[in-house]
Amino acid sequence: MSEQQHRSTRKPDETEESVEVTEVDTEAKAKLDDDVDSILDEIDDVLEENAEEFVRSFVQKGGQ
Amino acid sequence: MTVRRVQGSEVEYGIAVQGQPHANPMVTSTHVVNAYAAAHDLTRRARWDFEEESPLRDARGFDLSRGDADPSQLTDEDLGLANIILTNGARLYVDHAHPEYSSPEVTSPRDVVIWEKAGEEVMRSAAELAGRIPANGTIVLYKNNIDNKGASYGSHENYLMNRSVPFEQIVTHLTPFFASRQIVCGAGRVGQQQDGSVHAFQISQRADYFEVPVGLETTLKRPIINTRDEPHADARKYRRLHVIIGDANCSETSIYLKHGLASLVLSLVEAGETVTDLTLENPVRALHQISYDPTLRTAVTLADGRTMTALELQGEYLTRSRDFVERQGDDDPQTLDVLDRWESVLTRLARDPMELATELDWVAKLALLERYRERDGLDWDHAKLHLVDLQYHDVRPERGLFHQLVRTGRMQRLVDPAEIAAAVQEPPTDTRAYFRGKCLQHFAGDIAAASWDSVIFDLPGYASLQRVPTLEPLRGTQEHVGALFDSGPTATELFRALTTGD
Repeated sequence: MSEQQHRSTRKPDETEESVEVTEVDTEAKAKLDDDVDSILDEIDDVLEENAEEFVRSFVQKGGQ
Repeated sequence: MTVRRVQGSEVEYGIAVQGQPHANPMVTSTHVVNAYAAAHDLTRRARWDFEEESPLRDARGFDLSRGDADPSQLTDEDLGLANIILTNGARLYVDHAHPEYSSPEVTSPRDVVIWEKAGEEVMRSAAELAGRIPANGTIVLYKNNIDNKGASYGSHENYLMNRSVPFEQIVTHLTPFFASRQIVCGAGRVGQQQDGSVHAFQISQRADYFEVPVGLETTLKRPIINTRDEPHADARKYRRLHVIIGDANCSETSIYLKHGLASLVLSLVEAGETVTDLTLENPVRALHQISYDPTLRTAVTLADGRTMTALELQGEYLTRSRDFVERQGDDDPQTLDVLDRWESVLTRLARDPMELATELDWVAKLALLERYRERDGLDWDHAKLHLVDLQYHDVRPERGLFHQLVRTGRMQRLVDPAEIAAAVQEPPTDTRAYFRGKCLQHFAGDIAAASWDSVIFDLPGYASLQRVPTLEPLRGTQEHVGALFDSGPTATELFRALTTGD
């Protein structure tokens, strides 16, 4: 979300430099999106199956 | 003024047997503790409390060579057995229906991280060992505090402090601090209200289970300030502040700051710099309001009518702590590090909490949850989000989501994993836990029982058990008794050296 804001605030000054920054930002954003996808993919691999049943059956006795 | 003081932590773990939702948690927890004892040659199992002659002194319960015994043979009396001392000075036992690890006494927040994390490794290993007992399925432990259906179990801190500070001052001074510190050390939760009936995220696992400002209870009507007064040391000099309002943290940064901040803030009140102008109009309500707002914008009402956010409240405690440290000219590196990190965390939280996604538990968890919500279009009542919440705390490296984040470089560590691995066996060197742990390392067979403030020997040639009191938490250190242990004495020689010389 903050990435988006940064880009829109930089849009007004159309210097070469800001274009470069935008490119870097886009690249970083793409990398971030890839990273997000890979986190979720990795976690999907280890998450217990049948989430609903698993969560429902986790019943604890109270402690301190 | 410093973050250094005698302190420790006590964590009850959630417990489940896969595929056996009705497994008796007291029996399973007992298996966890006893399996660990058996596998580490603590078969005589020095017990926690001193009891006179009793059959319980024998090694009973389950060791792995007797793994085919029927767990149903355990009676209630046997269940009371699961209570052992480890060679690192910690206590591993069954509390209510949960296995609990109480860290050895340490003297700094960083050491709390090391020995509390060592406890996670003890629990992981213990559950795995217990899972090998026939009839047990896979036993999974969770370092969390709730089942999201109404039950909560604790993770407590303890801090040794000066007895002379009046308790009312402690209450006034600490309540606004405890109500707001969750923005640093909350563990995050999907669900609001004790039974999770409101579908939304909140910062703290435990907040909803606190119902009164001050009290003695720990299992119901839980108080923000707990009045339990067991110093486990010389009661004329010390108070042991028992803090029950805290989440079980996986993040090393969260554990470190939880203990560092509390130690500093306690130093303020000990020095007579009591914070009296931040009293909350309704502390319990403020605690809940703060927990329910992960944007951190909610302002809570003070008794004098002002309103402040949790960030502002924490900022006040930070400023006063830093001022006091500067006035005193304290240059302890860990104290300065805690102050700097505290400030850095508050500054970044104010800018965008997501900046802390690689450091703090609640933010790391929320970041994951939000990504799932975005990718899969999930509402807060979706079982998958509850599963992510729960599995974040799974102690198994191959399953726990926190571990996954660490392994893939998405969660920062504070200490060298080798230090944690060593702390599974080795006690801290600078408290009485050193003496306790070394006794267990060298003389497990000669020790009948031990507790925080004593070690009880059963020595050949002595008709009765011999008690060595350890009432001073800063005695019995490596400096005091290290050479004695290194000289390779028998238990009797050690006992005689201790009781004749000193």
